[in-house]
Amino acid sequence: MKDEPVAVAYGPEEPAGPGRGERLSALAQQHGALVALIAIAAVASLSFDSFATTGNIENMAVSSAFLAIVALGMTFVIITGGIDLSVGSVFVLGGVLAAWGSRHGTLVALLLPLAVCGLFGLVNGLLIARLRLAPFIVTLAAMLGARGVMLSLTDEGADTYLVADGSFFADLGQGKLLGIGVPVWITAALFVAGGILLRRTRFGQHVYAVGGNEDAAALMGAPVARTKTLVYTLNGLLAGFAGALNAAWLDSGVTILGYGMELEAIAAVVIGGTLLSGGMGFVGGSLVGVLLLKVIQNVINQIGSLDSAYQQVVSGGFLVVVVIAQTWLARRRRAP
Amino acid sequence: MADLTLRRALPADRERVLRWLQEYGVYAGVALLLLVNIAFTPHFLSAENFRTQAVQVAPVVIVALGMALAIGSEGVDLSVGSVMALSTSLVALYMGYGPWIALIVAIAGGAAVGLANGSLIAFIGVQPIVATLALMVGARGLALVLLPQLEDIRDPGMATLGSGEFAGVPYVVLIAVALALVVAFVVRRTTFGRQLLAIGDSRPAARLAGLPVRRVLIVVYVVCGVLAAVAGFLATARLSASDPTSLGNLMELSAITAVVVGGTPLTGGRVRIGGTVAGAVLIQLLTATLIKHDLEPSWTQIAQAVVIILAVYAARERGKR
Repeated sequence: MKDEPVAVAYGPEEPAGPGRGERLSALAQQHGALVALIAIAAVASLSFDSFATTGNIENMAVSSAFLAIVALGMTFVIITGGIDLSVGSVFVLGGVLAAWGSRHGTLVALLLPLAVCGLFGLVNGLLIARLRLAPFIVTLAAMLGARGVMLSLTDEGADTYLVADGSFFADLGQGKLLGIGVPVWITAALFVAGGILLRRTRFGQHVYAVGGNEDAAALMGAPVARTKTLVYTLNGLLAGFAGALNAAWLDSGVTILGYGMELEAIAAVVIGGTLLSGGMGFVGGSLVGVLLLKVIQNVINQIGSLDSAYQQVVSGGFLVVVVIAQTWLARRRRAP
Repeated sequence: MADLTLRRALPADRERVLRWLQEYGVYAGVALLLLVNIAFTPHFLSAENFRTQAVQVAPVVIVALGMALAIGSEGVDLSVGSVMALSTSLVALYMGYGPWIALIVAIAGGAAVGLANGSLIAFIGVQPIVATLALMVGARGLALVLLPQLEDIRDPGMATLGSGEFAGVPYVVLIAVALALVVAFVVRRTTFGRQLLAIGDSRPAARLAGLPVRRVLIVVYVVCGVLAAVAGFLATARLSASDPTSLGNLMELSAITAVVVGGTPLTGGRVRIGGTVAGAVLIQLLTATLIKHDLEPSWTQIAQAVVIILAVYAARERGKR
């Protein structure tokens, strides 16, 4: 009962015989992004004096943090074989709600976006898991819906809510701990928690089982619908939280951000070695995928003559290369 | 027991209602919106208003025709909005050689993107959503590299195409209708159409039956790219300007919405061209209705979201699962 029958072909079946070449290609599929990241970072730090400076690295780390949190939730969704196109809009909605709520204290600034964005995720999950509607379309509708709510809250995008100055909430975005930005710490903690949740808990097992083969998972007694609902809810919560954190960093709920963020997050997850067909993947890869995207953007910015248009061409081309490589490696593993 | 038969009959009735909704819901929706507008919207029943609505919906219809084919093959094409932008950039660059050359170059650009999409999908086996996502990012970037900012197009031929009309019907609308008829004919009456539906229904079965799966998939995405390029060309003509930054933004979503609302299942194997056109008209009328009654644009997005969910709910568990 998968939405994309193509997925069946890439199921989580074990390679017939773990020969050496296969193990290498499996490694390349899982950690290819890491190798590319290290290589590009090494070349960049040799080529540009301004790349490997504390300021630049710090800047990259903090600006990666928000996308990374979104990509963390997306990893769970994609492992179940689904997709969530609404995270960009939910991210912006979270930011606007947080900035608006910050005048009533840090607690409101955090809980309000979590409640509303979590609700969006929950509705997505219920429609996908209980009514069995296609994730692609449900979350597409949620993307429009969340943006509509955000626009109606901000007088069609004209109002920008500022974060109350000097509050604890602003410190969450702008503060530093041991010289490293607080968002980076939070992101690291979330990834550790996400990794444990996925690898060490029953819920994590269910996530893999549902993505691997939904019918088999149901036969084995995994709560398929509940797992899916939880995964989309978690994704909404994380996207909303990332938006709130971003608002704290920027001091305001910016209404024009987040467009295309869902695509960046999906790209990061895919680059990180998670298969879009579900059943396989890990959160560390998504983190590497985000860093890789951000490093490439940074490198393109360092080559001053190239503008953001080239950045898109390079990102698109890079995604093509990664996807071809992944598909090829996945196929090799299946048919030794 | 009567009670039992009643209980048994209910799901069947619901099934029948859903089936009817999937089949004719979109037309009923259009009719309903027309009636509501005729009753409650002042100045709705004017030729001018209908012309405006039709001109606005024409590019969406043209792009949605290609999207319907992609979805019918159990794929999707996210790159259509970027192809429109690429098309408008190419038009601006080649307008010096005359509109026809500009149109041919724009179509070639769209076909090239479609060929890239189709090759990734058919030969390498990349999932359509990922392949076209990559081309979506790349093509928009390429469009901006070619033409970094808005450029006015001053060409009498283009101006005529953009704002002229024949027997009261704008050229743009005539072209959209003609293309819709051609695509509907291809889907219903040609071998290619049958092969496309068979592939969308079950790719392994189509392959076993010896159908040219790869060729059909590549043609589908090339057609998708070409139609998006034509839509970009027409939009350029209407605006008398090339604006690769904003042209075609979110067009992929509008097109997918039109196709899905029109009753084409996302699981492939069926294509409804009439429904797709009606789906585009439905969304256009809905937006126009809400705006005419002074609701903020944000509400039109929320309403659109609700319509999409209702449409997929009506279409669910139909077709194959």
